[in-house]
Amino acid sequence: MKDMLDRLEERRAGARLGGGEARIAAQHRRGKLTARERIELLLDSGSFEEFDMFVQHRCTDFGMAEQRVPGDGVVTGWGTINGRKVFVFSKDFTVFGGSLSEAHAQKITKLQDMALKARAPIIGLFDAGGARIQEGVAALGGYGEVFRRNVVASGVVPQISVIMGPCAGGDVYSPAMTDFIFMVRDTSYMFVTGPDVVKTVTNETVTAEELGGAKVHTMKSSVADGAFDNDVECLLQVRRLMDFLPANNREGTPEIPSDDDPTRVDLSLDTLVPENPNKPYDMKELILKVVDEGDFFEIQESFAKNIVTGFARIEGRTVGVVANQPMVLAGVLDADASRKAARFVRFCDAFEIPIVTFVDVPGFLPGTAQEYGGLIKHGAKLLFAYSEATVPLLTVITRKAFGGAYDVMASKHIGGDLNYAWPTAQIAVMGAKGAVEIIFRADIGDPEKIAARTKEYEDRFMSPFVAAERGYIDEVIMPHSTRRRLSRGLAMLREKTSETPWKKHDNIPL
Amino acid sequence: MFDKILIANRGEIACRVIKTARRMGIRTVAVYSDADRDALHVEMADEAVHIGPATAAQSYLVIERIVEACRKTGAQAVHPGYGFLSEREAFPKALAEAGITFIGPNPHAIAAMGDKIESKKAAAAANVSTVPGFLGVIDSPEHAVRIADDIGYPVMIKASAGGGGKGMRIAMSADEVAEGFARAKSEAASSFGDDRVFIEKFITDPRHIEIQVLGDKHGNVIYLGERECSIQRRNQKVIEEAPSPLLDEATRRAMGEQAVALAKAVGYDSAGTVEFVAGQDRSFYFLEMNTRLQVEHPVTEMITGIDLVEEMIRVAAGERLRLAQADVRLDGWSVESRIYAEDPTRNFLPSTGRLVTYRAPAEGTQGGVTVRNDTGVGEGGEISIYYDPMIAKLVTHAPTREAAIEAQGRALDAFAIDGIRHNIPFLAALMAHPRWREGRLSTGFIAEEFPEGFHAPAPAGEIARRMAAVAAAVDHHHNERKRRISGQMRPGMPVRFDRQRAVMLGADRYDVTVEDVDGGIAVAFEDGTAWPVESAWRPGNPVWTGTVGGAAIAVQVRPILNGFSLSHAGAGAMARVYTRREAELAALMPEKVAADTGKQLLCPMPGLVKSIAVAEGQEVKAGEPLAVVEAMKMENLLRAERDGTVSKIHAKEGDSLAVDAVILEFA
Repeated sequence: MKDMLDRLEERRAGARLGGGEARIAAQHRRGKLTARERIELLLDSGSFEEFDMFVQHRCTDFGMAEQRVPGDGVVTGWGTINGRKVFVFSKDFTVFGGSLSEAHAQKITKLQDMALKARAPIIGLFDAGGARIQEGVAALGGYGEVFRRNVVASGVVPQISVIMGPCAGGDVYSPAMTDFIFMVRDTSYMFVTGPDVVKTVTNETVTAEELGGAKVHTMKSSVADGAFDNDVECLLQVRRLMDFLPANNREGTPEIPSDDDPTRVDLSLDTLVPENPNKPYDMKELILKVVDEGDFFEIQESFAKNIVTGFARIEGRTVGVVANQPMVLAGVLDADASRKAARFVRFCDAFEIPIVTFVDVPGFLPGTAQEYGGLIKHGAKLLFAYSEATVPLLTVITRKAFGGAYDVMASKHIGGDLNYAWPTAQIAVMGAKGAVEIIFRADIGDPEKIAARTKEYEDRFMSPFVAAERGYIDEVIMPHSTRRRLSRGLAMLREKTSETPWKKHDNIPL
Repeated sequence: MFDKILIANRGEIACRVIKTARRMGIRTVAVYSDADRDALHVEMADEAVHIGPATAAQSYLVIERIVEACRKTGAQAVHPGYGFLSEREAFPKALAEAGITFIGPNPHAIAAMGDKIESKKAAAAANVSTVPGFLGVIDSPEHAVRIADDIGYPVMIKASAGGGGKGMRIAMSADEVAEGFARAKSEAASSFGDDRVFIEKFITDPRHIEIQVLGDKHGNVIYLGERECSIQRRNQKVIEEAPSPLLDEATRRAMGEQAVALAKAVGYDSAGTVEFVAGQDRSFYFLEMNTRLQVEHPVTEMITGIDLVEEMIRVAAGERLRLAQADVRLDGWSVESRIYAEDPTRNFLPSTGRLVTYRAPAEGTQGGVTVRNDTGVGEGGEISIYYDPMIAKLVTHAPTREAAIEAQGRALDAFAIDGIRHNIPFLAALMAHPRWREGRLSTGFIAEEFPEGFHAPAPAGEIARRMAAVAAAVDHHHNERKRRISGQMRPGMPVRFDRQRAVMLGADRYDVTVEDVDGGIAVAFEDGTAWPVESAWRPGNPVWTGTVGGAAIAVQVRPILNGFSLSHAGAGAMARVYTRREAELAALMPEKVAADTGKQLLCPMPGLVKSIAVAEGQEVKAGEPLAVVEAMKMENLLRAERDGTVSKIHAKEGDSLAVDAVILEFA
């Protein structure tokens, strides 16, 4: 008996070594941790339970029969993050470069099925060379099985992908269908076709970093939601993110007891909006001062900075924050900002996370670049996402809410539950100058008349009161009381129920 | 006594005057420019009058506007504060014509002392010891060089109408006299509208000691001890104290009596300051007389118990001095730090913007130690480009110099400011500096002790261990809370986290264990020391205050990714608290190399390009001037950091640049 127990330990020890000491050392030399070290960092210490440690591939072509490593290039299992269960798979670059075989794919799909049954999040750590070419179509089939389960789980349990090494070809589509992608700077990249193929097909010379590094995907393509300096920083931040997310779409947001008084008044907010309407201010200051303890996990921080999205807590419970950022392009809505916010709003709605929207928006960005780029459809995504959302929607207009963008930014008309405005709010079709030049076109030659008309328009419309008179704004609030208003509002709306007619699914303008 | 006074100033001094007036039952009127609409002094005063655009020359410096504001509000007297109109002879004259009392000296005394050249002549006449120098008008750089050669080097070039370090240059050689003369002249013109300068001998290793005098309209003048202001940077006072660690009773009396003699000679009838330069041998020479309330007056108030503003108001109203010289007693020691919006790590370049965080340490007296903070701003306020970048004056008072310094250091550590760059870390480092603690001062202190400028040193020794203990305690607090998250698998048995931690302060590792001790925690180090750590700190609070191993300390705590940026006693560190295993794995991570920006000259602060000294294609040597950027009325000369060739120039004279805007590039 003792013998058998020892044999198990021996086999386990063998499996834990993955591709062997030399490859582990090589992995470390590249500034990367191994699959198992990463899991150690991600989960509460000692909480990991592994599945399928001894699974091996069944390929016999191209000499593969002689090369078998227990685990087959991916470590799977479950554990806890701050006591809450999560499922995790971690590609092992030291074993066949982490490439995906049929058996490897089966380990992942088994985990996906289990996570869906247990209604717990799935976190995938990627560091792999793509499909195992020796297996041919069997590997492709495996990808398909993983993809389909990604979609089934979408909107049921949160799915997080962390790119910590190469991620190319078929490997990129599973992350692409999950909720969030994070990357490690300098050691990770993602692309559908690599630099060699690019060179052959388009004659373009490009490095892996230039083609699909963390910088590209967080700043240009918006494929990734965040980037971190190294494996340790990245995994600890994923732990932090998980504390904001519910385990599934039915559980509701987690709660962390907070010492931060929900009625805390912040007088400095009374001077946040500058007197000069053309002067920007940092909307993040408002976010940090209103939420619990200034703790804000930003999503897509480096992309479309004219809108800010991320998670925070108020009275210990998670909220999704969407805010126009006057510091960048005056906070205008363009195609990128609309797409970014729309996807974030839908995530929050899918997982019952209330949304707080801070509005200072001068409108949609004009121009051929935007129109040719499909601003109508991209803008509609955000409008659609807010309109279909059934979670509590709380909106605070701090300054400008102009034109169609006013409607889009969680206005009363599209389902805002509580719509507040600061006394500095200006809710109007457009700025005074533009409006006067249209309404009083005949007077354009007369600067004196125009000035008088502009003053008239400003007095009438550049305030929250026209909207408040119609009930489009529930209350004009003091900036310093914003936190108190929001925490009371969120508590009041905690049991919010709303019905939508049966449909198979909607048809969001993708 | 007056019913209502107007304060013809802004910022902390306006607020400070209002406080005293209010205590005396006098109503107050503030004046404000466009930039100060929401300023604290406007809020504090009973009434406020708008006096023009942001530029001081069109608002705070316009005498007619102030007189008009008095008429409008019925203010019977005006306190000028310091700077602005405080030492303009024309101001009290204009007020007198309008029947308004000036809370300050008579115009004759201002005229006699206001001009540095005239004042020297008066001092010499009153048998006050003076520095050798040339008091006439200097018409050219060549003339300046001849005079300097006569006096002997080093010499100092100063604006006649100046003060506060503006338009002041020290020259060690004839070449430097020529360059300094031109620059001092131009700064004097832009700052004071008067480009006259004079030259005098520069005392080597000097100390700056000044005597506070107080006179009334009945011919009485007393002195209220001295202040030492030797800790200066580019002739701008940074730290002041009273009394001076240099003086003995006999010197104090001699200086005081000379100061009184001078004041009497010019019929001085308010609060004023006679500045001396002192040698390490306690020799002293008259420097100038400031015919106004000084910035650093609080240290005198702390050790004498006299409210100088109140006395100024009383003598202005015609009252006799309530004190005779024999009544003046000096009690304890007081230290003041000037907190400026300037970046100590970027050669003290000014910084402007919104005070996103502004939390001053608690004021008041506890256990014989007093903390006082004179400020004109609050959280959400603005440090604008238009005025002096001083944010606050932090003053401490205690029975001994050591205790006052100790208290000042702690108060600085507890002072939280975000949104702009500020010199608090530098001031905290000064408080911890052994030479300062020993009182071995000279006006060259900062240049000698910080020749490479200031860079917050990595913590070491006891300070590092304290910071590590605080980091462990902060991390522990977070962990304790996180483990109470809802939705855990076994709600009755919340997750446990490892009590054995590895605290990383930058690259230095401290292995600690967090232990529970009677209701609190103790942080135990590997060597067996276990410090109880107590604090009411809560996440989100920018300052951690509490006790570590029984010592009361304050530490600045700002969140960064997976850790905190800590600063304490002038030392700064990025702290990360790991489990031992996390630390082991983190040690495998490669160091990130910061992007090289050395090939560009970036604008270090928002400002106006005054001149570009080089052309494209020009070769420059390290230290050569590249451009002059003006901000806060100071001309900042930007020099080449290394040898190179200028490849492209992006900015031109007159451009208004943001911080980090590219001025030029090197090949």
